[in-house]
Amino acid sequence: MQTNWKERLHILAQLFSVFVRIGPSTFGGGYAMMPVIEREVVEKRKWIAEKDLADIVSLAGSAPGGVGVNAAAFIGYRKAGIPGAAMAVVGVTLPTFIIVIVLSLFYLKFQDNPKLEAALKGVHGAVVALIVMAAYRMAKAAIFDKATAVLAALAVLTLLVFPVTPLIIVAAGIVMGIILIRAKEKIGLKADTEKTSSSHSDQELMYPEYYI
Amino acid sequence: MIWDLFLTFFKIGFISFGGGYTVIPAIQNKVVSQDWMTIAEFQKAVSLAGMAPGPIATNAVTLIGYNTAGILGAIAACAGIVLPSLIVVIVLSSFFFPLQHNKTVKSIFYGLRPVITGLIAYAAIHFGGFDKPGEYSSMTVFALLICAGCIWLLVKYKWHPLTVIAAAGVAGIVCL
Repeated sequence: MQTNWKERLHILAQLFSVFVRIGPSTFGGGYAMMPVIEREVVEKRKWIAEKDLADIVSLAGSAPGGVGVNAAAFIGYRKAGIPGAAMAVVGVTLPTFIIVIVLSLFYLKFQDNPKLEAALKGVHGAVVALIVMAAYRMAKAAIFDKATAVLAALAVLTLLVFPVTPLIIVAAGIVMGIILIRAKEKIGLKADTEKTSSSHSDQELMYPEYYI
Repeated sequence: MIWDLFLTFFKIGFISFGGGYTVIPAIQNKVVSQDWMTIAEFQKAVSLAGMAPGPIATNAVTLIGYNTAGILGAIAACAGIVLPSLIVVIVLSSFFFPLQHNKTVKSIFYGLRPVITGLIAYAAIHFGGFDKPGEYSSMTVFALLICAGCIWLLVKYKWHPLTVIAAAGVAGIVCL
C-alpha cells in the first residue's frame, strides 16, 4: 500500500514538473507546445504513443479553452486520473501565471510613462494581427465549400449586429453542421465533412487549432 | 468579488470553443458591464497579456483578476477560466476517441469550424475597435499601419509572434 502511495505521488510530481517546463514554450500558440510534448512525453517518458498525438490534438482542439491546457489535462488524466490531470494543468498554467503577475507589477510601476503607453498601443496592433492570423489559419481548414463560407460569414455578421453570446453561435454551428450534411446527402451532393488534402501539408490540416 | 470573478470566468471558460480568442469579446463585454475596467484599460490588459507566454485569454483574465482584487482575484479568475477545460477534457476523454470518426460528430465539426472562424474574425474586429469608429478605443491610422505591418511580417517573413510583438512595441514608441 505504501509503495503505491509513494509511486502515485512520484507520478504526480513528474507530471507537474514536465508541464511546468512545457508551459512557457507556448509562445505563439498552443501548437508550439506539441514538439516539446512529443519530446518530453512521447520520446523521453513514453507516456503516450506517437500515433496518439494527433488524436490528443483533436481532442484538445474540441474542448473549450486552449489547446495547451487541454492537451496537458488529457495526458495527465491518462497517466494518473483526475489528480494527474489537475497536476498537469496546474503545472502548465503556473509559470505563465507568475509571469503575468510580474508583468502586471512592472506595468503598474511604469504606467505613467507615455513611452510605455505608446508601446502598448503598438502591441495592441500586434495582438489584433495575431487574431487575424488565427482566423485565417482556422479558415483554411474550416472553409472549403459554399456552405461553410456562408456559415462563417453569417456568424460574423450576426455577431456584429446582435449582442449574442458565443454560446448561441457555437450551438448554431453544431446544429447547422448536422443539418447541412444531412441535406447534402439527401440532395445527392458529395458531403465532405473535412477539407480533402490538396497541396497543403497534412500537418496544417490536422491542427487547425494551431493558433491558440 | 473574488467569487464573482471566479464564476464569471468559469462560465466564459465553458464557451471558449476554438480557443481563447473567440471569447475575448465576451470577456470585454462582461468586464465593462461589471465596471471592472474601461474598454481602453481592457485593451491594455489584453495587450499586456499577449506579451506573456501561454493562452492570451487566460493571461488577460489573470490580469483582470489581479487588477480587480489583487493576487486572490488573479487566482480566482485564472482558476475560473481554466477549470472548464479540465472538466470537459476529463469527461470527453472517455468517449471522444471512439466517437471522433462518427459521422454525426464529424458533421458537428463541419459546422463548428466555420462558426469558430467567424467568432475569431469577430474578435479581431471587436478587439481592434473596428466596429465602433470614433470612440476612444478605436485605432488611429498609425496603429492600423502597425497592425497591417505585423500581419505582413507574420505572413511574408514568418516572424515569431514574440518578435512581432516586440517590434510592434518599438514601432508604437516611435510612431505614436
